[in-house]
Parts: sequence; C-alpha cells; structure tokens
Amino acid sequence: MGQSEPRSQVSSLLSLTRQQQPRRGVLRKDAAAFKQRGWKLFHCRVSSFVGVHTPPRPSVLPGMSLHGSTARLSEARRVAIFGGTHGNEMSGVALVNLWIKNGADIQRRGADIKPFITNPRAVEKCVRYVDTDLNRAFTHENLSASGGDEFPYEVRRAQEINRMFGPKGSPEAYDVIFDLHNTTSNMGCTLILESSKDHFNLQMMNYIKKAISPASCLVLLNEHPLLKYSTSRSVAKHPVGLEVGPQPQGVLRSNIFEAMRVILKHALDFIELFNEGMEFPPCTVEVFRVSERIDYPRDANGNIIAMVHPNLQDCDWEPLNPGDPMFQTFDGKTIPYQGSCTVYPTFINEAAYYEKQQAFVTTRRETLAASGIRKA
Amino acid sequence: MSQVRLSIFNSFLNPKLFTLFSASLPFPLSQMDVDEPVCLPRLSRVAVCGGTHGNELSGVYLVRELLKLQRRPSEDDDEEPTSLLTVLSNPRAVQQGRRYTDTDLNRCFTLATLNGPTSDSPPYEILRARELNAMLGPKGGPGAVDLVCDLHNTTANMGLCFIAYSDCDWICLHIFKYLQRQMPDVPMRFVHLGSSEKESYSLDSVGKHGFAMEIGPQPHGVVRSDIYGLMNAGVQHMLDWVRLFNSGAVFEGGFVDVFTLVKNIDYPRDEKTHNITAAVHSHLQDRDFCLLRPHDPLFQTFSGETLRYSGSEPLYAFFINEGSYYEKGIALSLARKRRLVIPAIRAQTEEEEQARGFTSEEEE
Repeated sequence: MGQSEPRSQVSSLLSLTRQQQPRRGVLRKDAAAFKQRGWKLFHCRVSSFVGVHTPPRPSVLPGMSLHGSTARLSEARRVAIFGGTHGNEMSGVALVNLWIKNGADIQRRGADIKPFITNPRAVEKCVRYVDTDLNRAFTHENLSASGGDEFPYEVRRAQEINRMFGPKGSPEAYDVIFDLHNTTSNMGCTLILESSKDHFNLQMMNYIKKAISPASCLVLLNEHPLLKYSTSRSVAKHPVGLEVGPQPQGVLRSNIFEAMRVILKHALDFIELFNEGMEFPPCTVEVFRVSERIDYPRDANGNIIAMVHPNLQDCDWEPLNPGDPMFQTFDGKTIPYQGSCTVYPTFINEAAYYEKQQAFVTTRRETLAASGIRKA
Repeated sequence: MSQVRLSIFNSFLNPKLFTLFSASLPFPLSQMDVDEPVCLPRLSRVAVCGGTHGNELSGVYLVRELLKLQRRPSEDDDEEPTSLLTVLSNPRAVQQGRRYTDTDLNRCFTLATLNGPTSDSPPYEILRARELNAMLGPKGGPGAVDLVCDLHNTTANMGLCFIAYSDCDWICLHIFKYLQRQMPDVPMRFVHLGSSEKESYSLDSVGKHGFAMEIGPQPHGVVRSDIYGLMNAGVQHMLDWVRLFNSGAVFEGGFVDVFTLVKNIDYPRDEKTHNITAAVHSHLQDRDFCLLRPHDPLFQTFSGETLRYSGSEPLYAFFINEGSYYEKGIALSLARKRRLVIPAIRAQTEEEEQARGFTSEEEE
C-alpha cells in the first residue's frame, strides 16, 4: 500500500488550483517549519519513533547554574490520566479504556498512575457533553455549591472528580493530571500549560519536546485572565493538557492515537526520572501565549456569514500578518485580519467552538525560563 | 435502445465475461452504435436538499445561501423553465448541530416507513420524512419532483462522490460525466449502492431521479471553505446541465466507471462491551478508492497488532473511517469497479412528451 501518508486528496489537489497568494510570514520561516514538522509528526508517527527512540538521560554538568539555585519540589507520586472529558474525542477514550484494562504500559516506579474516564455519559452517547461542557465546569462556584440533584450532570460530575482527585487548591490534590483531547484543528501535538510559573510542568514539556525531536510538540500557554477556563485537570497541582489533531469528532485515527500514546510515554518517563532524584537543569521553553479570541463574522441573527479563509485553514501556528486573508464570505469575498501586529493563530476551525463564538485564537510567541528542579 | 437492454449489456461488461457472453446477448452488438439519443422527459422541477444530517455543514450553508438568492427578484425568473426547490431537510438536527434527533432521516424513505401507521409518539425524523415526501413526492408517483440532489459530507477522504441507488439512471450518470469534464482537477467517483433487491431508503429516492452529492473529508460540525467551494461548484454545474438538457442539448454517450457496493466491514469489537478494539490501519486510512488486496493491512489493534484483509477478491475501499458509521457497524465499505456504457440522451420535446405520455413508466 506504500509508505508515505497522503494528505487529503481534495486539499492537495485544490492547492494546485488555488490562486497563488503572497506567501505569508516571509520573515518567519521557522514558524512554517513548525507546521511542516507537525504534519510529519502524525503522518510518519508510527514509523518514526514508536518504540525506537530512547532519549539520553539528561546529566548535570558540574558548576552549571543558569538561573540561580535549583528548586526543590515534592515528589510527583499521585498521577492521573483523564480521557473522555469530551465524550466524542476518541483518542483519550480509547487510551484510557485500554489502560484501565491493562495498565502495564503506564506503570512507573515511584508513582501511582490512575487512568480515568471523566465523562462516562458523554462517552456512552459519543457527544461532547450531556448538559454542559465538563471542561468549563470546575469553577470555584460550581465546586463549592451544595444541593445537587437539580444541577447539570457535568456540574455534579465535576464535584465528584474534585472529591476524588482534589480538592482543587489543597495539599491533598493529585500531583499531576494529564487531560487527553482531540481537535478538528490542524494543531499537531500540543501541550497546554495553565501557568507560566509551573516549573515542574515547564521542565516536563522541555523533556517531551527533546524526546520526540525532530518531530514537534508545541506548547500553548493559556494564562489569559478572561480567556482562561476551569478545566478538569485544574484540580491537580500540575495540570497538563494534551491536544492532538486534526481528528474529526467521533472518529479514531490510528496515527493520532499513536502520537498521543508516545507523548504520554515520555511524560511518564519524566515523572519517573524526577521521582528517582534526577536533577533537571534550568532551561528555556518556547510557548505560544493565548492573546485573543476571534469569532466568525455573523449577521444580526447570529448566523455565521463567512468561513475560515482557505489561506488560513489548516495553518495553525503559522504567522498571520495584518492584511492577510482571514475569512471568506459564502459568496467569495475576502475579509482580512486587521490586528496591529503579527500573531500565531491556533484552534483554527475547531468544531466545538462554533457555539463558543470562536473561529480561532491568536497567540504571541514567548520564551519562558524554567528554573532547575529536583525532588525535595 | 431501451434502458432494460443497456442494463443487461452493462451487467455483462466484465472484461472476462465479455468474450464469453457477447455471442449470447439478446441483441446484436451493433445496436450499441446508437445514432438516436435516448429521449427522456424534461426535468421541470429540481430539488436541492441540505442538512439531511444536521452536522454535515456544507449543504446546510449552501442551501441557506441558495434560499437567500431565491428571495431576490431576478430578471430571469419569467424565462426560467426549471423550478428549483431548495430545502433544509432536518431543521431540528441542524439547530442542535447533530446528525439526527431521534433516528437517521436518510433511512426513513422506504414506502413502508412513509406510508406506514403512525405510532403514538413517532420519531421526529419519521414525521419529517412524511412532510418531505408530501413536498417533493410522493415517492413513486407522477407528481414527484424530477430530480433530487441531496447534499452530504463525510469524514472519509472520498473527494466528490455521486451516491446513487441505480446504475442505469442515465440522468444521474450524465450529470456525473458533465461534472467530471467541468471540474477535471477534482477527484470524483460514482458510487452505486443498490445491488441488492432492497428498496432505496434515502431522501434522493423520493424524486423520479435522484442522487446524493457526498464530499469529504470534512469533520462533522465544521464548514471548510475548500469543501464548500467544491459543493457550490458541483451544484452550479448540475443546474447548468439541467438547463442545457431542458433546452434540447444532446449529450453524447460514453463510458462511466462506477463503484458498486459489495459489502461493509465492521471494526473488531469487544464481546462484552461492544467497544471497538482496533482503529483503521494507518496504511489504509485516507486511501479511499485504492484497491484493497488480500492480506493488506486493515486494522491496527490498540495493543499494536496488525489485522489483515482476509477476503479473496481485491476490492475498492471507500467510506474509510466515516465518523457516523461507527454506530452502524461499518469501518469501511468495499466495491467492485465496473465500466458502464451510457447512451446519448436528450430531453423530449413538448410534442414528444404529449405523444408518449409518461415514458418513464414504460422504460422502467
């Protein structure tokens, strides 16, 4: 059947017939390379690094200290892997069910690792949620509300999860929770960070990125005061989101499944090394910081009147410059991006976000410094 | 040349059988050199339907745009001999962003379901199917619309497909041939579903002629501008063809490659939970309309094992990993490819129509 994976037949043929547009991001060639590596990531996933790559154990060089002393952190003993937070995002559901049945692959010395289906009713019906989005339900208000039977299913479920894996913000909460998601956007593998000061997570993400290189895994930081939301993983001290796409809702693609499995393998390896006392020296991590949510143009009745422009569709993480095509009306007119500077869009055309008034989010590139860490 | 004769001829058009059977055909082969095009009634009423599945968004938005255009008064209205009905088939499912609310609307159009008894609380889609049948049909009756084009999307990498129950509906086959010529860079196939004895259950069977225009890959709940553009172009070319046909143009005969459904293959499943235990193999994923040979990889289990195609006949795979078919027990469908001969056709003139009455019944 051949070795290489074809791109969508339609889009690859359309790209031949689409008019030549001025190439975006001439100044930012490295960003285009990110996306290319992202394609290679899940199109060559199975052959390129499953069971093949063993990353070298990071060593501490004598006298090395970039950013001051090493932070001593408590061991990461209690770890959970959440799947099915959205019931139609199939990779996480399949992986967690697999590990519930046979957890051999997720065993690590020094840690108790619990796979868990967070929204079983939504998984059963293969829908994103039953009453309300579970991944927005972990607000302080919801978690502390009393009463109950009249609450939406997901609010009651959030309270239950908070009891099992939290309480959120307390010393008893789980150390690390990985929350597995899929997206219809062409994001490749994306790690989602909720705090720029979580040095443990930054070190983990640095480790994962190096472990899968030259394949890429980008880091999305959502610390935005208005756009940040209360995720299921936020119950833990160190919440880690893992988003892999593109995959349609309700569909399980084997390359996406494998990519997610490999990322988690490296994440758990990091935790094992950390718990065994390995010191991770200071490092820097490139992140994309969420900046703004952009909605579709709509008419007075709230109906969408334009689609993501062909030049922007599938171009997650590529620079979007002022004046670049952004939307295309149904009768073919182009609506350009009118921001004041170049941004890096992502979550482009995510199915679940039509109802959340989001066509894509813009991000800014930033380099975060992580202090060295070591188990206390 | 009657439809029946050509159907028999086409059924022998397997290259191996051709030489064996050509001597025993019921008519001389020379009659295939048809100077006279087949005359078919004009298509005075055409329906374009979108949102039959509420989360297949290209058709939902295309129908909305067509309705907007129709509301504008046009200078051409008086001269337009074809009336175009534009229908949003399942408004409730569209509003909810789901494939269906109670049951799959595109399985509700058998005569038994349409004319059957009404239970106390019938599923919404059955009531809606009866409304659509009254609007566009009744199915099988003389007042049904002449052509139904039902718009769909698939998560499978199928490009643009015509999906039809019949392999001898010359109208649909000619529209397909016309679209192939007008859109030569688009991967386009004709899929024939109706090889069994069963009656068609889909919306497009309500009209005298009908087909589904299925375009992928597109996730459900998403509208992609490239896919929308393809569907818009496909519908416009179809309507152009109808106008040309109605104005008396002769469309030359020729060959059309058709993929006829043979069987479906389900995922391997856990005996107790019925959950799937494998995904479509990465070597097969996105390779719709490639040949699947015996022992080719088919599935990849979650524990990493490769399961292979155990059939003895190489077949063409399509609807590979369609999201809405997990619940129907279909991981992929398999087809044989045949080359059909289609005759030249033209529309009956008014005089011919009056002289012959309802010719379509005779040709069936």
